[in-house]
Amino acid sequence: MRWLLVWIIVLATTAGNVLQSVGMRHHGEIHDFRPGALGRVAAALVRSRYIIASVVAMAISFFAFMALVSIAELSFAVPATAITYIFETILAKYMLKEQVSAKRWAGVLLVAAGVGLLTV
Amino acid sequence: MSTTSPRIKTRVFTAIVVATNVLGNSCLSRGMQSVGELVSLSPVPYIRALFNPWVAVGTSLLIVWLLSTMALLSWADLSYVLPVTSMAYVLVALVGRFVLHEVVSWAHWAGIILIMTGVSLVGSTNPNTAGKRHEELST
Repeated sequence: MRWLLVWIIVLATTAGNVLQSVGMRHHGEIHDFRPGALGRVAAALVRSRYIIASVVAMAISFFAFMALVSIAELSFAVPATAITYIFETILAKYMLKEQVSAKRWAGVLLVAAGVGLLTV
Repeated sequence: MSTTSPRIKTRVFTAIVVATNVLGNSCLSRGMQSVGELVSLSPVPYIRALFNPWVAVGTSLLIVWLLSTMALLSWADLSYVLPVTSMAYVLVALVGRFVLHEVVSWAHWAGIILIMTGVSLVGSTNPNTAGKRHEELST
């Protein structure tokens, strides 16, 4: 049961983050942090289909995570979902057209390995 | 804030994302332990769990985490934001060691060092390499 929840979390988180990134880049950089301007940002984002889809994916991930931490330790739950780093970096390179340099790949792999070690 | 340099803005938002993630997950975990086992397809037990004060505070912090991550992603790469915000794991381990006086094994210390090295490597790369290409992609 715990590994089924881990896979639901991994797939939903990956989909959620990639859609969130597409939606936010499509919106454009947020420059103005005054309340009125942030209200206009929120109004634009709730109508974005990428953001709506990402929120649905994040909600699935969040409730699956809530279920997981109710049957497993947080020290199991958090590191077990570390595989998302690899999936998301691959999707960032090929779908989001980000330039993932050798330095960035090395950093991502070190982070994923480090998070994996926290499960031992 | 609109006149701040992009590097400072990226650092400030990274710090907010990391802090709300650590505090939010800690509160949520603490609350869920008193709520008890929760594996259900019905939304009712989840909604009831939200009335636990720790779960409520944790959920509020995680909403701030979600919004600050979204702001950061409006100018920074996903492949930059994800590894850099994993400093959260290091903080969780250090809080466990120095605040809760948990025993941290050699494997955990090795993991902490690997994550910190990875974060500093990714942190030294340009946060924004995709730029305008997203506009073509998402229309």
